[in-house]
Amino acid sequence: MKANSPSERLFNGIIKENPTFVLMLGMCPTLAITTSASNGIGMGLTTTVILAASNLMISLLRNFIPDRVRMPAYIVVVASFVTVVQLLLQGFIPSLYSSLGIYIPLIVVNCIILGRAEAYASKHAPVASLFDGIGMGLGFTLSITCIGIVRELIGAGKIFGLQVLPLADAAAGKVGYEPITIFILAPGAFFVLALLSAIQNKLRIGAAKRGIDPSNPDCGGSCASCGNTLCKGKEAAVK
Amino acid sequence: MYHVSSNPHVRDKMTTSRIMQIVALALMPASLFGIWNFGFRALLIIVLSVGSAVCSEWLYTHFMKKPNTITDFSAVVTGLLIALNMPVRITWWMPVLGSAFAIIVVKELFGGLGQNFMNPALAARCFLVISFAGKMTDFSVTDSYRGVIDSVSGATPLAALKSGGFTEGSVSVFNLFLGNVQGTIGETSALMILIGAAILLIFKIISPRIPCAYLGSFAVFVILYMLFGGMGFDARFLFTHLFGGGLMLGAWFMATDYVTSPITPRGQLIYGCCLGVLTAILRLFGGAAEGVSYSIIFCNLLVPVIENYTRPTVFGKGGKKA
Repeated sequence: MKANSPSERLFNGIIKENPTFVLMLGMCPTLAITTSASNGIGMGLTTTVILAASNLMISLLRNFIPDRVRMPAYIVVVASFVTVVQLLLQGFIPSLYSSLGIYIPLIVVNCIILGRAEAYASKHAPVASLFDGIGMGLGFTLSITCIGIVRELIGAGKIFGLQVLPLADAAAGKVGYEPITIFILAPGAFFVLALLSAIQNKLRIGAAKRGIDPSNPDCGGSCASCGNTLCKGKEAAVK
Repeated sequence: MYHVSSNPHVRDKMTTSRIMQIVALALMPASLFGIWNFGFRALLIIVLSVGSAVCSEWLYTHFMKKPNTITDFSAVVTGLLIALNMPVRITWWMPVLGSAFAIIVVKELFGGLGQNFMNPALAARCFLVISFAGKMTDFSVTDSYRGVIDSVSGATPLAALKSGGFTEGSVSVFNLFLGNVQGTIGETSALMILIGAAILLIFKIISPRIPCAYLGSFAVFVILYMLFGGMGFDARFLFTHLFGGGLMLGAWFMATDYVTSPITPRGQLIYGCCLGVLTAILRLFGGAAEGVSYSIIFCNLLVPVIENYTRPTVFGKGGKKA
Protein backbone atom coordinates (compact mmCIF):
# COMPACT_ATOMS: atom_id res chain seq x y z
CA MET A 1 0.00 0.00 0.00
CA LYS A 2 1.25 3.46 -0.84
CA ALA A 3 2.16 5.63 2.10
CA ASN A 4 -0.50 8.20 3.04
CA SER A 5 -3.03 6.84 0.60
CA PRO A 6 -6.60 6.67 1.98
CA SER A 7 -6.62 2.86 2.24
CA GLU A 8 -3.21 2.81 3.92
CA ARG A 9 -4.43 5.38 6.47
CA LEU A 10 -7.55 3.36 7.23
CA PHE A 11 -5.53 0.14 7.70
CA ASN A 12 -3.01 2.03 9.83
CA GLY A 13 -5.68 3.44 12.13
CA ILE A 14 -7.75 0.30 12.53
CA ILE A 15 -5.03 -2.37 12.78
CA LYS A 16 -1.43 -1.25 12.73
CA GLU A 17 -1.57 1.73 15.07
CA ASN A 18 -4.86 0.98 16.74
CA PRO A 19 -5.25 3.93 19.16
CA THR A 20 -6.47 1.83 22.08
CA PHE A 21 -4.48 -1.39 21.96
CA VAL A 22 -1.27 -0.20 20.28
CA LEU A 23 -0.89 3.53 20.94
CA MET A 24 -2.67 3.28 24.33
CA LEU A 25 -4.27 6.69 23.82
CA GLY A 26 -7.65 7.95 24.97
CA MET A 27 -7.74 5.74 28.03
CA CYS A 28 -10.28 7.82 29.99
CA PRO A 29 -13.28 7.21 27.71
CA THR A 30 -12.01 3.68 27.02
CA LEU A 31 -12.16 2.80 30.70
CA ALA A 32 -15.12 4.91 31.73
CA ILE A 33 -17.87 4.42 29.17
CA THR A 34 -17.35 0.84 28.01
CA THR A 35 -19.88 -0.54 30.48
CA SER A 36 -21.96 -1.73 27.53
CA ALA A 37 -21.39 -2.45 23.86
CA SER A 38 -23.86 0.20 22.69
CA ASN A 39 -22.13 2.86 24.82
CA GLY A 40 -18.83 1.84 23.23
CA ILE A 41 -20.09 2.07 19.67
CA GLY A 42 -21.86 5.38 20.38
CA MET A 43 -18.78 6.94 21.92
CA GLY A 44 -16.56 5.54 19.18
CA LEU A 45 -18.64 6.89 16.31
CA THR A 46 -19.03 10.29 17.99
CA THR A 47 -15.27 10.49 18.37
CA THR A 48 -14.76 9.34 14.77
CA VAL A 49 -16.90 12.18 13.41
CA ILE A 50 -15.06 14.77 15.49
CA LEU A 51 -11.67 13.26 14.73
CA ALA A 52 -12.23 13.24 10.98
CA ALA A 53 -13.60 16.79 10.93
CA SER A 54 -10.90 18.25 13.18
CA ASN A 55 -8.11 16.46 11.29
CA LEU A 56 -9.41 17.88 8.01
CA MET A 57 -9.77 21.39 9.43
CA ILE A 58 -6.38 21.40 11.12
CA SER A 59 -4.72 20.08 7.98
CA LEU A 60 -6.33 22.85 5.95
CA LEU A 61 -5.17 25.45 8.48
CA ARG A 62 -1.72 23.93 9.02
CA ASN A 63 0.13 26.63 7.12
CA PHE A 64 -1.70 29.46 8.90
CA ILE A 65 -1.45 28.38 12.52
CA PRO A 66 1.68 29.84 14.13
CA ASP A 67 3.83 27.14 15.64
CA ARG A 68 3.91 28.68 19.12
CA VAL A 69 0.15 28.76 19.65
CA ARG A 70 -0.72 25.57 17.83
CA MET A 71 -2.09 23.74 20.90
CA PRO A 72 -4.70 26.39 21.81
CA ALA A 73 -5.57 26.65 18.13
CA TYR A 74 -6.15 22.91 17.87
CA ILE A 75 -8.28 22.95 21.00
CA VAL A 76 -10.44 25.75 19.59
CA VAL A 77 -11.00 23.74 16.41
CA VAL A 78 -11.77 20.52 18.28
CA ALA A 79 -14.01 22.26 20.82
CA SER A 80 -16.09 23.81 18.04
CA PHE A 81 -16.75 20.42 16.48
CA VAL A 82 -17.48 18.86 19.87
CA THR A 83 -20.06 21.56 20.59
CA VAL A 84 -21.74 20.94 17.23
CA VAL A 85 -21.83 17.19 17.76
CA GLN A 86 -23.02 17.55 21.33
CA LEU A 87 -25.96 19.70 20.31
CA LEU A 88 -26.80 17.30 17.46
CA LEU A 89 -26.75 14.31 19.82
CA GLN A 90 -28.85 16.15 22.37
CA GLY A 91 -31.40 16.94 19.67
CA PHE A 92 -31.53 13.69 17.73
CA ILE A 93 -30.23 10.83 19.95
CA PRO A 94 -31.09 11.99 23.50
CA SER A 95 -30.70 8.45 24.92
CA LEU A 96 -27.06 8.24 23.82
CA TYR A 97 -26.53 11.83 24.95
CA SER A 98 -27.69 11.02 28.48
CA SER A 99 -25.79 7.75 28.75
CA LEU A 100 -22.46 9.29 27.65
CA GLY A 101 -22.99 12.37 29.82
CA ILE A 102 -19.88 14.34 30.71
CA TYR A 103 -17.73 12.25 28.36
CA ILE A 104 -19.05 14.08 25.29
CA PRO A 105 -17.61 17.50 26.26
CA LEU A 106 -14.48 15.70 27.44
CA ILE A 107 -13.82 14.58 23.85
CA VAL A 108 -12.20 18.04 23.50
CA VAL A 109 -9.23 16.83 25.52
CA ASN A 110 -9.22 13.29 24.13
CA CYS A 111 -5.57 12.31 23.59
CA ILE A 112 -6.30 10.60 20.29
CA ILE A 113 -7.69 13.77 18.72
CA LEU A 114 -4.95 16.09 19.96
CA GLY A 115 -2.37 13.38 19.24
CA ARG A 116 -3.43 12.95 15.63
CA ALA A 117 -3.64 16.72 15.14
CA GLU A 118 -0.10 17.14 16.39
CA ALA A 119 1.45 14.00 14.92
CA TYR A 120 -0.31 13.78 11.59
CA ALA A 121 -2.78 16.45 10.49
CA SER A 122 -0.42 19.35 11.10
CA LYS A 123 2.13 17.82 8.72
CA HIS A 124 0.09 16.18 5.98
CA ALA A 125 -2.33 17.04 3.18
CA PRO A 126 -6.09 17.40 3.89
CA VAL A 127 -7.33 14.20 2.19
CA ALA A 128 -4.73 11.98 3.89
CA SER A 129 -5.51 13.67 7.22
CA LEU A 130 -9.25 13.12 6.76
CA PHE A 131 -8.71 9.42 6.15
CA ASP A 132 -6.24 9.24 9.01
CA GLY A 133 -8.99 10.64 11.27
CA ILE A 134 -11.55 8.17 9.95
CA GLY A 135 -9.14 5.23 10.32
CA MET A 136 -8.12 6.17 13.84
CA GLY A 137 -11.74 6.80 14.79
CA LEU A 138 -12.86 3.42 13.44
CA GLY A 139 -9.96 1.71 15.20
CA PHE A 140 -11.05 3.38 18.44
CA THR A 141 -14.68 2.41 17.82
CA LEU A 142 -13.74 -1.20 17.13
CA SER A 143 -11.59 -1.49 20.24
CA ILE A 144 -13.99 0.09 22.70
CA THR A 145 -16.92 -1.83 21.26
CA CYS A 146 -14.96 -5.07 21.82
CA ILE A 147 -14.23 -4.02 25.41
CA GLY A 148 -17.87 -3.08 25.87
CA ILE A 149 -19.09 -6.44 24.53
CA VAL A 150 -16.82 -8.43 26.86
CA ARG A 151 -17.70 -6.32 29.91
CA GLU A 152 -21.43 -6.39 29.21
CA LEU A 153 -21.39 -10.13 28.55
CA ILE A 154 -19.52 -11.07 31.74
CA GLY A 155 -20.95 -8.33 33.93
CA ALA A 156 -24.61 -8.52 32.95
CA GLY A 157 -25.03 -11.48 30.59
CA LYS A 158 -26.09 -9.15 27.77
CA ILE A 159 -24.77 -8.02 24.39
CA PHE A 160 -26.10 -4.72 23.02
CA GLY A 161 -28.74 -4.80 25.73
CA LEU A 162 -29.97 -8.23 24.62
CA GLN A 163 -30.05 -10.89 27.34
CA VAL A 164 -27.96 -13.69 25.78
CA LEU A 165 -27.23 -15.54 29.03
CA PRO A 166 -30.43 -16.13 31.01
CA LEU A 167 -29.97 -14.93 34.57
CA ALA A 168 -30.37 -17.12 37.61
CA ASP A 169 -33.33 -16.34 39.80
CA ALA A 170 -33.10 -17.80 43.28
CA ALA A 171 -36.64 -16.79 44.20
CA ALA A 172 -38.14 -18.59 41.21
CA GLY A 173 -35.66 -21.44 41.59
CA LYS A 174 -34.33 -20.83 38.08
CA VAL A 175 -30.78 -21.96 37.30
CA GLY A 176 -28.87 -19.56 35.09
CA TYR A 177 -25.99 -17.17 34.73
CA GLU A 178 -24.83 -15.31 37.83
CA PRO A 179 -23.43 -12.00 36.50
CA ILE A 180 -19.97 -11.03 37.78
CA THR A 181 -20.93 -7.44 38.49
CA ILE A 182 -17.36 -6.18 38.98
CA PHE A 183 -16.91 -6.29 35.20
CA ILE A 184 -19.35 -3.46 34.59
CA LEU A 185 -17.78 -1.45 37.42
CA ALA A 186 -14.49 0.46 37.17
CA PRO A 187 -12.07 -2.42 38.01
CA GLY A 188 -13.59 -4.55 35.26
CA ALA A 189 -12.52 -1.99 32.64
CA PHE A 190 -8.89 -2.51 33.59
CA PHE A 191 -9.22 -6.29 33.60
CA VAL A 192 -10.78 -6.40 30.13
CA LEU A 193 -8.48 -3.78 28.61
CA ALA A 194 -5.43 -5.66 29.90
CA LEU A 195 -6.79 -8.99 28.70
CA LEU A 196 -7.60 -7.78 25.18
CA SER A 197 -4.28 -5.91 24.88
CA ALA A 198 -2.46 -9.08 25.93
CA ILE A 199 -4.33 -11.16 23.35
CA GLN A 200 -3.61 -8.74 20.51
CA ASN A 201 0.05 -8.46 21.56
CA LYS A 202 0.29 -12.24 21.51
CA LEU A 203 -1.18 -12.36 17.99
CA ARG A 204 1.03 -9.54 16.78
CA ILE A 205 4.24 -10.96 18.22
CA GLY A 206 3.28 -14.39 16.92
CA ALA A 207 2.80 -12.95 13.43
CA ALA A 208 6.11 -11.10 13.58
CA LYS A 209 7.94 -14.24 14.68
CA ARG A 210 6.47 -16.25 11.82
CA GLY A 211 8.05 -13.79 9.42
CA ILE A 212 4.88 -11.94 8.49
CA ASP A 213 5.75 -8.38 9.43
CA PRO A 214 2.48 -6.55 10.05
CA SER A 215 4.22 -3.20 10.11
CA ASN A 216 5.28 -1.88 6.76
CA PRO A 217 8.26 0.41 7.02
CA ASP A 218 6.69 2.87 4.56
CA CYS A 219 4.45 4.43 7.18
CA GLY A 220 5.35 8.02 6.50
CA GLY A 221 8.44 7.96 8.66
CA SER A 222 7.17 9.87 11.71
CA CYS A 223 8.96 7.48 14.06
CA ALA A 224 9.20 9.93 16.97
CA SER A 225 5.45 10.01 17.49
CA CYS A 226 4.84 6.41 16.49
CA GLY A 227 3.89 3.98 19.22
CA ASN A 228 4.48 0.81 17.25
CA THR A 229 7.23 -0.85 19.25
CA LEU A 230 7.41 -3.81 16.87
CA CYS A 231 8.26 -1.71 13.81
CA LYS A 232 11.64 -2.69 12.45
CA GLY A 233 12.09 0.68 10.76
CA LYS A 234 11.99 2.33 14.16
CA GLU A 235 15.06 0.48 15.40
CA ALA A 236 16.87 1.52 12.25
CA ALA A 237 15.79 5.15 12.72
CA VAL A 238 17.02 5.18 16.33
CA LYS A 239 20.36 3.74 15.32
CA MET B 1 39.63 -30.18 53.66
CA TYR B 2 37.79 -26.89 53.46
CA HIS B 3 34.52 -26.44 51.74
CA VAL B 4 34.52 -23.10 49.98
CA SER B 5 31.20 -21.57 49.13
CA SER B 6 29.68 -18.19 48.53
CA ASN B 7 27.66 -16.47 51.24
CA PRO B 8 25.27 -16.73 53.06
CA HIS B 9 27.11 -19.04 55.44
CA VAL B 10 24.73 -19.05 58.36
CA ARG B 11 21.45 -20.63 57.38
CA ASP B 12 18.18 -21.00 59.21
CA LYS B 13 16.02 -24.09 59.00
CA MET B 14 13.01 -21.87 58.42
CA THR B 15 11.93 -21.99 54.77
CA THR B 16 8.99 -20.44 52.94
CA SER B 17 7.36 -23.82 52.79
CA ARG B 18 7.74 -24.36 56.54
CA ILE B 19 6.43 -20.89 57.39
CA MET B 20 3.37 -21.46 55.24
CA GLN B 21 2.79 -24.88 56.82
CA ILE B 22 2.82 -23.29 60.27
CA VAL B 23 0.40 -20.57 59.13
CA ALA B 24 -1.92 -23.26 57.75
CA LEU B 25 -1.61 -25.13 61.05
CA ALA B 26 -2.40 -21.93 62.96
CA LEU B 27 -5.55 -21.52 60.88
CA MET B 28 -6.73 -25.02 61.80
CA PRO B 29 -8.48 -24.09 65.10
CA ALA B 30 -10.58 -21.45 63.32
CA SER B 31 -11.28 -23.81 60.40
CA LEU B 32 -12.28 -26.71 62.63
CA PHE B 33 -14.48 -24.44 64.69
CA GLY B 34 -16.08 -23.17 61.48
CA ILE B 35 -16.84 -26.72 60.39
CA TRP B 36 -18.25 -27.52 63.83
CA ASN B 37 -20.27 -24.32 63.86
CA PHE B 38 -21.63 -24.36 60.32
CA GLY B 39 -21.59 -28.06 59.47
CA PHE B 40 -20.37 -30.21 56.62
CA ARG B 41 -20.89 -27.56 53.97
CA ALA B 42 -18.14 -25.43 55.54
CA LEU B 43 -15.70 -28.32 55.04
CA LEU B 44 -16.81 -28.59 51.42
CA ILE B 45 -16.16 -24.86 50.86
CA ILE B 46 -12.70 -25.13 52.47
CA VAL B 47 -11.71 -28.15 50.36
CA LEU B 48 -12.97 -26.55 47.15
CA SER B 49 -11.24 -23.28 47.84
CA VAL B 50 -7.87 -24.78 48.80
CA GLY B 51 -8.04 -27.26 45.95
CA SER B 52 -8.80 -24.66 43.32
CA ALA B 53 -6.08 -22.32 44.61
CA VAL B 54 -3.47 -25.08 44.32
CA CYS B 55 -4.81 -26.14 40.91
CA SER B 56 -4.70 -22.55 39.61
CA GLU B 57 -1.10 -22.19 40.72
CA TRP B 58 -0.13 -25.50 39.10
CA LEU B 59 -1.95 -24.68 35.86
CA TYR B 60 -0.40 -21.22 35.62
CA THR B 61 3.16 -22.36 36.30
CA HIS B 62 2.69 -25.33 33.96
CA PHE B 63 1.38 -23.37 31.00
CA MET B 64 3.71 -20.40 31.52
CA LYS B 65 6.64 -22.85 31.75
CA LYS B 66 7.71 -21.52 35.14
CA PRO B 67 9.14 -23.48 38.05
CA ASN B 68 6.37 -25.24 39.88
CA THR B 69 5.75 -23.45 43.17
CA ILE B 70 2.83 -25.35 44.68
CA THR B 71 5.12 -27.07 47.19
CA ASP B 72 5.71 -23.77 49.01
CA PHE B 73 2.20 -24.08 50.50
CA SER B 74 1.40 -20.40 49.93
CA ALA B 75 -1.48 -21.35 47.63
CA VAL B 76 -2.86 -23.58 50.38
CA VAL B 77 -2.82 -20.68 52.82
CA THR B 78 -4.42 -18.33 50.28
CA GLY B 79 -7.15 -20.85 49.51
CA LEU B 80 -7.78 -21.49 53.18
CA LEU B 81 -8.04 -17.77 53.96
CA ILE B 82 -10.48 -17.29 51.09
CA ALA B 83 -12.65 -20.12 52.40
CA LEU B 84 -12.59 -18.70 55.92
CA ASN B 85 -13.88 -15.41 54.46
CA MET B 86 -16.92 -16.98 52.79
CA PRO B 87 -20.39 -17.23 54.26
CA VAL B 88 -21.34 -20.88 54.49
CA ARG B 89 -24.24 -20.64 52.04
CA ILE B 90 -22.11 -19.27 49.22
CA THR B 91 -22.68 -20.87 45.81
CA TRP B 92 -19.99 -23.52 45.43
CA TRP B 93 -18.21 -22.05 42.39
CA MET B 94 -17.76 -18.59 43.89
CA PRO B 95 -14.83 -19.53 46.17
CA VAL B 96 -13.36 -21.41 43.19
CA LEU B 97 -13.56 -18.28 41.05
CA GLY B 98 -12.15 -16.24 43.94
CA SER B 99 -9.20 -18.60 44.40
CA ALA B 100 -8.40 -18.56 40.69
CA PHE B 101 -8.56 -14.75 40.70
CA ALA B 102 -6.34 -14.51 43.79
CA ILE B 103 -3.68 -16.87 42.49
CA ILE B 104 -3.61 -16.02 38.79
CA VAL B 105 -4.48 -12.32 38.60
CA VAL B 106 -3.31 -10.96 41.94
CA LYS B 107 -0.29 -13.17 42.59
CA GLU B 108 1.11 -14.85 39.48
CA LEU B 109 0.57 -12.08 36.93
CA PHE B 110 2.58 -9.74 39.13
CA GLY B 111 5.44 -12.23 39.38
CA GLY B 112 4.42 -14.86 41.92
CA LEU B 113 4.90 -15.09 45.66
CA GLY B 114 6.79 -12.08 46.98
CA GLN B 115 5.83 -9.80 44.11
CA ASN B 116 2.10 -9.41 44.72
CA PHE B 117 1.24 -5.86 45.73
CA MET B 118 -1.81 -6.76 47.76
CA ASN B 119 -2.98 -9.72 49.78
CA PRO B 120 -4.36 -12.23 47.23
CA ALA B 121 -6.96 -13.69 49.57
CA LEU B 122 -8.38 -10.29 50.47
CA ALA B 123 -8.30 -9.07 46.88
CA ALA B 124 -10.34 -12.16 45.99
CA ARG B 125 -12.75 -11.46 48.82
CA CYS B 126 -13.27 -7.88 47.62
CA PHE B 127 -13.66 -9.14 44.05
CA LEU B 128 -16.42 -11.47 45.19
CA VAL B 129 -18.09 -8.93 47.49
CA ILE B 130 -18.28 -6.39 44.67
CA SER B 131 -19.45 -8.98 42.15
CA PHE B 132 -21.92 -10.95 44.22
CA ALA B 133 -22.94 -8.54 46.97
CA GLY B 134 -26.10 -10.47 47.81
CA LYS B 135 -24.54 -13.93 48.09
CA MET B 136 -21.45 -12.71 49.94
CA THR B 137 -23.48 -11.05 52.69
CA ASP B 138 -26.12 -13.75 53.02
CA PHE B 139 -25.39 -15.19 56.45
CA SER B 140 -28.76 -16.70 57.17
CA VAL B 141 -28.51 -20.35 58.16
CA THR B 142 -31.89 -21.76 57.28
CA ASP B 143 -30.89 -25.42 57.12
CA SER B 144 -29.79 -25.34 60.77
CA TYR B 145 -26.75 -27.54 60.63
CA ARG B 146 -26.19 -27.73 64.33
CA GLY B 147 -29.09 -26.08 66.01
CA VAL B 148 -26.95 -23.66 67.97
CA ILE B 149 -27.05 -20.65 65.72
CA ASP B 150 -30.46 -21.07 64.14
CA SER B 151 -31.89 -18.70 66.70
CA VAL B 152 -30.21 -15.85 64.83
CA SER B 153 -31.44 -16.11 61.30
CA GLY B 154 -30.74 -12.61 60.13
CA ALA B 155 -27.74 -10.37 60.22
CA THR B 156 -24.28 -10.76 61.70
CA PRO B 157 -23.69 -9.10 65.08
CA LEU B 158 -21.98 -6.15 63.38
CA ALA B 159 -24.73 -5.67 60.82
CA ALA B 160 -27.35 -5.85 63.56
CA LEU B 161 -25.42 -3.30 65.61
CA LYS B 162 -25.12 -1.03 62.57
CA SER B 163 -28.81 -1.11 61.73
CA GLY B 164 -30.45 -1.07 65.12
CA GLY B 165 -27.95 -0.89 67.96
CA PHE B 166 -28.31 -3.35 70.80
CA THR B 167 -31.69 -5.01 70.97
CA GLU B 168 -33.01 -7.92 72.99
CA GLY B 169 -31.94 -10.38 70.33
CA SER B 170 -28.33 -9.16 70.27
CA VAL B 171 -25.71 -11.77 71.05
CA SER B 172 -23.63 -11.39 74.18
CA VAL B 173 -19.95 -10.51 74.10
CA PHE B 174 -19.14 -13.92 75.57
CA ASN B 175 -20.82 -15.69 72.64
CA LEU B 176 -18.99 -13.40 70.24
CA PHE B 177 -15.71 -14.38 71.86
CA LEU B 178 -16.55 -18.08 71.61
CA GLY B 179 -17.97 -17.72 68.14
CA ASN B 180 -21.50 -19.17 68.31
CA VAL B 181 -22.69 -16.43 65.98
CA GLN B 182 -23.38 -15.61 62.37
CA GLY B 183 -20.58 -14.69 60.07
CA THR B 184 -18.15 -16.09 57.57
CA ILE B 185 -16.78 -19.60 58.16
CA GLY B 186 -13.58 -18.63 59.94
CA GLU B 187 -14.18 -15.20 61.44
CA THR B 188 -16.72 -15.93 64.15
CA SER B 189 -14.57 -17.29 66.94
CA ALA B 190 -12.14 -14.78 68.43
CA LEU B 191 -10.93 -17.48 70.82
CA MET B 192 -9.90 -19.92 68.07
CA ILE B 193 -8.20 -17.14 66.11
CA LEU B 194 -6.26 -16.12 69.21
CA ILE B 195 -5.14 -19.75 69.70
CA GLY B 196 -3.90 -19.67 66.09
CA ALA B 197 -2.22 -16.33 66.71
CA ALA B 198 -0.46 -17.82 69.74
CA ILE B 199 0.93 -20.58 67.50
CA LEU B 200 2.25 -17.94 65.09
CA LEU B 201 3.84 -15.98 67.93
CA ILE B 202 5.40 -19.07 69.57
CA PHE B 203 7.02 -20.16 66.31
CA LYS B 204 8.08 -16.50 65.76
CA ILE B 205 6.31 -16.42 62.39
CA ILE B 206 4.88 -12.97 63.08
CA SER B 207 5.83 -10.18 65.41
CA PRO B 208 3.00 -8.79 67.54
CA ARG B 209 3.67 -5.25 66.28
CA ILE B 210 1.17 -5.08 63.43
CA PRO B 211 -1.79 -6.83 65.13
CA CYS B 212 -1.27 -4.95 68.41
CA ALA B 213 -0.96 -1.59 66.69
CA TYR B 214 -4.00 -2.47 64.57
CA LEU B 215 -6.26 -3.59 67.42
CA GLY B 216 -4.95 -0.89 69.76
CA SER B 217 -5.49 2.02 67.40
CA PHE B 218 -8.88 0.59 66.44
CA ALA B 219 -9.94 0.37 70.08
CA VAL B 220 -8.69 3.89 70.81
CA PHE B 221 -10.59 5.28 67.83
CA VAL B 222 -13.81 3.50 68.86
CA ILE B 223 -13.44 4.76 72.46
CA LEU B 224 -12.91 8.32 71.23
CA TYR B 225 -15.94 7.93 68.97
CA MET B 226 -18.04 6.78 71.91
CA LEU B 227 -16.84 9.59 74.20
CA PHE B 228 -17.16 12.39 71.69
CA GLY B 229 -20.13 10.95 69.83
CA GLY B 230 -22.37 11.44 72.83
CA MET B 231 -23.06 7.78 73.60
CA GLY B 232 -20.74 7.52 76.59
CA PHE B 233 -18.32 4.68 77.27
CA ASP B 234 -19.96 1.36 76.48
CA ALA B 235 -17.77 -1.72 76.91
CA ARG B 236 -20.25 -3.89 75.06
CA PHE B 237 -20.09 -1.69 71.97
CA LEU B 238 -16.29 -1.77 72.04
CA PHE B 239 -16.01 -5.54 72.43
CA THR B 240 -18.68 -6.23 69.83
CA HIS B 241 -16.55 -4.26 67.41
CA LEU B 242 -13.34 -5.98 68.51
CA PHE B 243 -14.62 -9.57 68.44
CA GLY B 244 -17.31 -9.22 65.79
CA GLY B 245 -16.69 -9.39 62.08
CA GLY B 246 -13.38 -10.12 60.45
CA LEU B 247 -11.20 -7.87 62.61
CA MET B 248 -9.44 -10.64 64.55
CA LEU B 249 -8.84 -12.83 61.49
CA GLY B 250 -7.70 -9.80 59.52
CA ALA B 251 -5.40 -8.42 62.20
CA TRP B 252 -3.59 -11.67 63.01
CA PHE B 253 -3.55 -13.52 59.71
CA MET B 254 -4.01 -11.09 56.83
CA ALA B 255 -2.45 -7.79 57.88
CA THR B 256 0.69 -9.71 58.90
CA ASP B 257 1.24 -11.24 55.45
CA TYR B 258 5.00 -10.89 54.83
CA VAL B 259 4.74 -9.79 51.23
CA THR B 260 2.26 -6.98 51.75
CA SER B 261 3.31 -5.51 55.09
CA PRO B 262 6.31 -3.30 55.94
CA ILE B 263 9.55 -4.95 57.10
CA THR B 264 10.82 -2.09 59.26
CA PRO B 265 9.65 -2.19 62.91
CA ARG B 266 8.59 1.47 62.91
CA GLY B 267 6.86 0.93 59.59
CA GLN B 268 4.91 -1.98 61.04
CA LEU B 269 3.60 0.22 63.85
CA ILE B 270 2.60 2.97 61.41
CA TYR B 271 0.98 0.39 59.13
CA GLY B 272 -0.97 -1.09 62.06
CA CYS B 273 -2.22 2.33 63.15
CA CYS B 274 -3.30 3.21 59.59
CA LEU B 275 -5.24 -0.05 59.48
CA GLY B 276 -6.92 0.52 62.84
CA VAL B 277 -8.01 4.05 62.09
CA LEU B 278 -9.19 3.21 58.57
CA THR B 279 -11.15 0.16 59.72
CA ALA B 280 -12.82 2.18 62.47
CA ILE B 281 -13.73 4.95 60.04
CA LEU B 282 -15.18 2.50 57.53
CA ARG B 283 -17.14 0.62 60.19
CA LEU B 284 -18.45 3.63 62.14
CA PHE B 285 -19.07 6.09 59.33
CA GLY B 286 -19.21 3.93 56.21
CA GLY B 287 -22.26 2.47 54.54
CA ALA B 288 -21.41 -1.17 55.16
CA ALA B 289 -21.09 -2.95 58.49
CA GLU B 290 -17.64 -4.37 57.72
CA GLY B 291 -14.46 -2.58 56.69
CA VAL B 292 -11.54 -4.86 57.48
CA SER B 293 -10.84 -6.24 54.02
CA TYR B 294 -10.98 -2.88 52.24
CA SER B 295 -8.75 -1.22 54.81
CA ILE B 296 -6.15 -3.98 54.60
CA ILE B 297 -5.91 -3.97 50.81
CA PHE B 298 -5.86 -0.18 50.83
CA CYS B 299 -3.03 -0.07 53.37
CA ASN B 300 -1.18 -2.74 51.35
CA LEU B 301 -0.84 -0.04 48.70
CA LEU B 302 0.68 2.36 51.25
CA VAL B 303 3.39 -0.12 52.27
CA PRO B 304 6.08 1.02 49.79
CA VAL B 305 5.61 4.63 50.95
CA ILE B 306 5.73 3.65 54.64
CA GLU B 307 8.88 1.59 54.07
CA ASN B 308 10.51 4.43 52.18
CA TYR B 309 10.03 6.86 55.08
CA THR B 310 11.00 4.42 57.84
CA ARG B 311 14.14 3.14 56.20
CA PRO B 312 16.84 2.88 58.89
CA THR B 313 19.90 5.07 58.48
CA VAL B 314 22.93 3.15 57.31
CA PHE B 315 25.66 3.14 59.98
CA GLY B 316 28.19 5.87 59.28
CA LYS B 317 25.93 7.81 56.94
CA GLY B 318 23.70 10.78 57.58
CA GLY B 319 22.68 11.76 61.06
CA LYS B 320 23.16 15.12 62.71
CA LYS B 321 26.33 17.02 62.02
CA ALA B 322 28.45 17.62 65.06
